[in-house]
Amino acid sequence: MIEFLFLFFAAIAVGAAVNVLAQKHVLYSALSLILMLTAMSALFVLLEAEFLAVINVIVYAGAIMVLFVFVIMLLNLPRDENGDRLRWLKFVGIPMGVFFLLLIGRTLWTAAGGEPAQPRITGSAAVIGSSLFTDYVLPFELTSLLILIALIGAVVFAKKDL
Amino acid sequence: MIAYFASPEFAVLLAKMIIILGGVLGALAYTSLVERRVIAFVQMRPGPNRVGPFGLLQPIADGLKFLFKEQTVPANANILLYYLAPIAAMIPALLSFSVIPFGPDLIIADLDVSLLFIFAVTSLGVYGIVLGGWSSNSKYPLMGAMRSSAQMLSYELSLTLSVVGVLMIANTVSLSQIVTSQQGYWFGVVPRWNIFVQPIAFLVYLISGIAETNRLPFDLAESEQELVAGWHTEYSGMKFAMFMLAEYANMVTVSALATILFFGGWSGPVFGPQWLQMALPTAWFLLKIAAFMLLYIVLRATVPRFRYDQLMRFGWKFLLPASLANILFTSFLAALS
Repeated sequence: MIEFLFLFFAAIAVGAAVNVLAQKHVLYSALSLILMLTAMSALFVLLEAEFLAVINVIVYAGAIMVLFVFVIMLLNLPRDENGDRLRWLKFVGIPMGVFFLLLIGRTLWTAAGGEPAQPRITGSAAVIGSSLFTDYVLPFELTSLLILIALIGAVVFAKKDL
Repeated sequence: MIAYFASPEFAVLLAKMIIILGGVLGALAYTSLVERRVIAFVQMRPGPNRVGPFGLLQPIADGLKFLFKEQTVPANANILLYYLAPIAAMIPALLSFSVIPFGPDLIIADLDVSLLFIFAVTSLGVYGIVLGGWSSNSKYPLMGAMRSSAQMLSYELSLTLSVVGVLMIANTVSLSQIVTSQQGYWFGVVPRWNIFVQPIAFLVYLISGIAETNRLPFDLAESEQELVAGWHTEYSGMKFAMFMLAEYANMVTVSALATILFFGGWSGPVFGPQWLQMALPTAWFLLKIAAFMLLYIVLRATVPRFRYDQLMRFGWKFLLPASLANILFTSFLAALS
């Protein structure tokens, strides 16, 4: 059952991810990305990380992608008709992608099998919360400070005279 | 896998699904009748009372009408997204009922993070509105969708933050555990509901919840005088009905969450014979939800609409700071005790 569900959602995630790149219309790309994120969340659920799955949907699919879709619709971006402009990027992007794929493939192929590592934390909200506020409190607070700086910076850029 | 589908647990689960989904869909259909009758009562006119006794068959007549109506598609509409939008509105709206505890055992999936799950799926509901407005290729729906998505993004913040105080008291994000944490009485008479310890959180939650469902006084997304019908102007027949059902379903979800978080969920006095003791918690829960739905409808009949700038100012400069202050205050108290 789990294997079947994993294959199902993994296929959706990969298919949607490829579709993000293949679509000419920006809006279809954004919608495919939402589908990909939702399928990723389903995979997290299969790994018994419900909290991570839910947060993934709330933050990315529910908030950030809504802003993306909002901006695309507000600007009413047309289909990417003159895709020729950036065609030369193909000759850089495809070799690099293939190289990366080979790198991962080789690493996984040569990796020695053995006992799977015991996960140090489980996926429940309480465990993640307490580890964030005890072991990882400094990185956590620094990250929030960084996000705050980015937020203030964006406001300052957007509004010249405050 | 086959063994699971033949097991009694699966039969019980299937029965729960049928009861909850069937009950919810039936209730949603009748919400439209109640809404029309109550608004008519407020405005001192009879309302729909011709189809069946007291108009009780009106929802069935409406449903048939929706099914047989011509399906119009605007010229130059984006067909794929135009058909997808009502589905994208409907699925998240119904999905949240899978984790709501209608009774001590009447719950489809008792997740550990069920409250966050509801926030996650309802945050996806905005896509139905946005896609519907955009794909119609018409200016009124686009305006409605723009307003709606900006409004839902703004009020989602204060909605999510307002419940944090309750979570700090209950020490859990599971809805059924939040309900059990509110069992019992203070001083023997006052029920142990969170409304008495978190009144500010409740007010912020209720206001943001009403805004989140695009109902009066926050229904700028479909304000009839300016935008005809907002994002679903170009929709007809069953697709329009799906938008309406999704809106009603979201109202029920907000009401159910308000009941669970602040009014003790299914807790209430239980007495009488065995079968009554089984049924009473669900009855209390449904009664509390019905009270909130009635509040929604009476609000629609009585208050005027916000202006757009007022709406944004109210959300960002009043509700959000109020919910943040509530979190700060509650965490101080929680740390002291």
